[in-house]
Amino acid sequence: MAEVIHEAVHRHEPPKSFIRKYIFSLDHKVIGIQYIMLALTAVLVGMVMSILMRMNLSWPGTNWPILGTLFPTGAPGGVISPEFYLSLVTMHGTIMVFFVLTTAPQGGFGNYFLPIQIGADDMAFPFLNMMSFWVTLVGFLVILAAIFVEGSVGVGGGALGEALGGGGTGTVGPIGGWTGYAPLSALGKIAGPGQGAGMNLWIVSIAIFCVGSLLGALNFITTLLNMRTRGMSLMRMPLTCWAWFTTAVLALLSFPVLLGGGILLLLDRVGGTSFFIPAGLYVNGVLNGDPRFPLHSGGSPLLWQHLFWFFGHPEVYIAILPGMGATSHILATFARKPVFGYRAMVFAIFAIGALGFFVWGHHMFISGMSPYSAIAFSILTLSIGVPSAIKTFNWLGTLWGGRIRFTTAMLFAIGFVSLFVAGGITGLVLGQTSLDLPMHDTYFVTAHFHLVMGVASIFGMFAAIYFWFPKMFGRFMNEGVGKFHFWVTFVGVYCIFVPMHIMGIVGMPRRYAQFTEYQFLGGLHSLVQFVSIAAIITVSVQFLFFINLFWSMFKGKKAGPNPWDATTLEWNTSSPPPHDNFEGIVPTVYRGPYEFAVPGAPKDFMMQTEPVDARETTEDGHNGHKH
Amino acid sequence: MATTVTSTDGIIEKGIGAGPGSRPGNGFHRNGGGKGDSDPTRFYSDRYRLGMWVALASVVMLFTALTSAYIVRAASSNDWRPIAMPGILWLSTAVIVISSFILESARRALKQHHDRIYGRWLVITAGLGITFLGSQLMAWRQLVRQGVYLSTNPHSSFFYLLTAAHGVHLLGGILALGYLLLRTRSPRESVAAESRRIGTVDAVSIYWHFMDGLWVYLFLLLFFWK
Amino acid sequence: MGRALGAIIWIIALASVLLFVSGHWWFPPAITEHGPLVDRQFMITIIVVGIAFTAAQIGLGWMVFKYRETGNAERALYTHGNNRLEMIWTVVTAVIFIGLAIMGQRVWASLHLNAAPAGSFKVSVVAQQFAWTFHYAGTDNAFGRTDPSLINDDDQNFVGLDRTDPNSKDDVQIATLIVPVGRPVELLLRSKDVTHNIWVPQLRFKQDLVPGLTIPVHFTVVQSGKYELACAELCGMNHYKMKSYMLALPDNEFRELVAMPQDQFQAKKEELLNKYQLPQY
Repeated sequence: MAEVIHEAVHRHEPPKSFIRKYIFSLDHKVIGIQYIMLALTAVLVGMVMSILMRMNLSWPGTNWPILGTLFPTGAPGGVISPEFYLSLVTMHGTIMVFFVLTTAPQGGFGNYFLPIQIGADDMAFPFLNMMSFWVTLVGFLVILAAIFVEGSVGVGGGALGEALGGGGTGTVGPIGGWTGYAPLSALGKIAGPGQGAGMNLWIVSIAIFCVGSLLGALNFITTLLNMRTRGMSLMRMPLTCWAWFTTAVLALLSFPVLLGGGILLLLDRVGGTSFFIPAGLYVNGVLNGDPRFPLHSGGSPLLWQHLFWFFGHPEVYIAILPGMGATSHILATFARKPVFGYRAMVFAIFAIGALGFFVWGHHMFISGMSPYSAIAFSILTLSIGVPSAIKTFNWLGTLWGGRIRFTTAMLFAIGFVSLFVAGGITGLVLGQTSLDLPMHDTYFVTAHFHLVMGVASIFGMFAAIYFWFPKMFGRFMNEGVGKFHFWVTFVGVYCIFVPMHIMGIVGMPRRYAQFTEYQFLGGLHSLVQFVSIAAIITVSVQFLFFINLFWSMFKGKKAGPNPWDATTLEWNTSSPPPHDNFEGIVPTVYRGPYEFAVPGAPKDFMMQTEPVDARETTEDGHNGHKH
Repeated sequence: MATTVTSTDGIIEKGIGAGPGSRPGNGFHRNGGGKGDSDPTRFYSDRYRLGMWVALASVVMLFTALTSAYIVRAASSNDWRPIAMPGILWLSTAVIVISSFILESARRALKQHHDRIYGRWLVITAGLGITFLGSQLMAWRQLVRQGVYLSTNPHSSFFYLLTAAHGVHLLGGILALGYLLLRTRSPRESVAAESRRIGTVDAVSIYWHFMDGLWVYLFLLLFFWK
Repeated sequence: MGRALGAIIWIIALASVLLFVSGHWWFPPAITEHGPLVDRQFMITIIVVGIAFTAAQIGLGWMVFKYRETGNAERALYTHGNNRLEMIWTVVTAVIFIGLAIMGQRVWASLHLNAAPAGSFKVSVVAQQFAWTFHYAGTDNAFGRTDPSLINDDDQNFVGLDRTDPNSKDDVQIATLIVPVGRPVELLLRSKDVTHNIWVPQLRFKQDLVPGLTIPVHFTVVQSGKYELACAELCGMNHYKMKSYMLALPDNEFRELVAMPQDQFQAKKEELLNKYQLPQY
């Protein structure tokens, strides 16, 4: 290893102790891996919950003994009760959206690779970066605690549950969906099971998550604007950096609104305020004003929806943009040609980010808000399809004329394009007010958002993992197992989610614990079971992925600095990179990020640091700065 | 074939590599080695200022959300009964506005290398900040004595919430001033370290002035809107 | 690998399209005046969706098939894009999407931007955890005064009707929504506790019931029958069985029912509820 030159001032010395190296580390690379580990844990919990839900829907009334043991009140005799089901729905959504989709793509890969891809030695504020992870982890622990204080009487429902607002109602965590609409979420225990202590912790957990996310966003934005290396102009950055930057801006401006809403909701629950609770309610036989139901008046349930969705819509773009950036990056790398329409791609990322702030009302068409604003939101919503379409065309353009190498990372990136189109295109249906009348709160919506968020976004992460694993760990993941993982998952997710559109068309409502009450749903049973079987198979194969991941960290085939013949700065340094990323050197960038197949070049790729020959010209005569 | 090209950026170091007038090298700064005199971390003094503006954007959004809730709530029902303003809040306002001026004096003193004067102005600013918080608590006590609590009516709910949210942020500012005070004790190490210190002071000042402006805004919103 | 991937993508696209066009599972027939307009807009949209989906998957499958790396050492095509192409596909997409968006407002506007026509049959709908109550004004066409403090679920006074109000004399509260065919219906939607949503799939219409608000909506049913009515906004643990029925009566039967004097109304109502096997109260 080359001698590291110690400059007069170091931002932080390389850590020596185990704790400083791997636990409380200031190094963005370690923090990135910590986020990824958190996301992997969360996705495991979320997947188990989804399988429980599918089993309840397809084979209702079945006895699952282990559930009976762990949650005797929520699943008496091992049979999932309706409130248990609904809390699974709530926790699955909350854990997946926040602790998987908002951590790994941004906090995980973004933290690891943004500084390296722009040639910096770390993030702008390493201490705050470390805090962002630990705060997020605390948030995760709190949401897990919500399960138990609201859950089995035997475990947490006793004194602790009572202290936190009353628990032990037998559910698994709070009930409200990940959207937590008021007044159901604001009324407290009087509104039924799942509205006690667990709901308080749900709000607290999300508030903590907001803080962690904001600390991260602060770092991303400042680092990208302030710490790019010599020659790294904005238009020479990899598209991953543009995606992480825009995602950070979305997070910066939307999470505080969720935090504000959460504070108001918590105050309604424990402070006796009436932000969201109107007057004159009669809940479960108790009139407002009765000692069991303190007086509230004048609040607006729609106010919660506005605050939540003002955050909630940018949030879904936070979940997908990093995957889009990774896809562009990986498609170019393995098609061995530049990204088609780099500038248009940057524009599209901005347009998606900016428009994303103006469409939140499409979640509220039938909420009782003004039908005029519904029309405005609808037209804006369909406009946001345009930059998404631009990106899709450019991905196809990137593949066109390429020399495609089908590594596992590339397979998942191609899968991303396929799934993003499949999921996004039904937005054209849901975004129209008239069509939302039949479709709202049906499985058509569930199919749409799962395909974009729960599948396309995850494929972006898989692609990123397989792509960057050699850089992070100096070893390859097993390509054979990886390809098998891809095939089963790709076919599996289509089998799970395309039929859900049909269920929605027939009229299957969301968040129903059973479908046995309605005759008009009777014909769907075979589809429901098909979906569940596909889900079980698809989730099972993810365990192969986990095994591959952890085994390869220690036993995988060794990888050099640039195993994929890629061009961006992370491939200039060793695998894994040294503590300060470039061993004391300051990289100088001469080229754009995707200089593949340059005519006349010795190899079919040119790294960003490759100097420009004075004789070198491009087709249009500009010397040096092609991208 | 048409290509997409952006404008030039002039940071290019031309001429490294083969060809007439070129220098030998591999594109890395000082060819990747050699004893450096420049900081590889290339600390630009505007990093902290930039970071602070970014952070303040999120604070703006928080109070924007609360403001919109305030406005919507005022319109959503006929139970909006604004509380009478506790008089001590005029003192709060005066104190925090003066503290901003004092902090500016501190910054000027630091830039002129008058460290001890800088330290003194910092202490006064922090003291004024604590006085501000004290006056807020007194306003709260006055309201409680009148029987006006968090849940009394929507306006009182917002009063307590907004002043608490602002107060918590201001407390953070006071702690930051304390941190700056601690740093006046340690000897100045180098130009880079001093540049970092000035950057930190600038960032804390931006934050403090923002908290000042935010208070004035909340004061107007709570007692002079409608 | 490229061939296999291309083939699988094409197969998946084909299977998805077949699932949709098979017709085996589809919307139940629409029974309102505006229903066919919604269905038409849906068909137009889903055709655009289908074309876009299929074209993209075919394109993607084709790309991975045709441009897979083969033995030869030829390089990929070096291009950074094509501005003209970007402009074209941006404009075309924008025209189609915004065109769809504008078309998609028409039915919405007809339902929500106009008040209910004069002479609409009014029903007051009150939702609660986990039941529906439909409050009819009776032959005097005047709803009796209601107040939350008068609600008494045990006493079957779900809407809090003030029985001392003379207008209440012919008011009826039942669990079934009974509407005439061929005449506009206006529902006045309220909720006692949390947000619910009234939904009958055949109506092609749904609307949240929000506590603190009274939301008027209207539509015209054109086909008689008995239809299941569901809640479509999560309202608590029994959200999945907050069930009721809508009974759309042909005009003559409906007029007959409504014209019944108070003492015979109950009997006639029970007869109808029995005839259609609907719950009594």
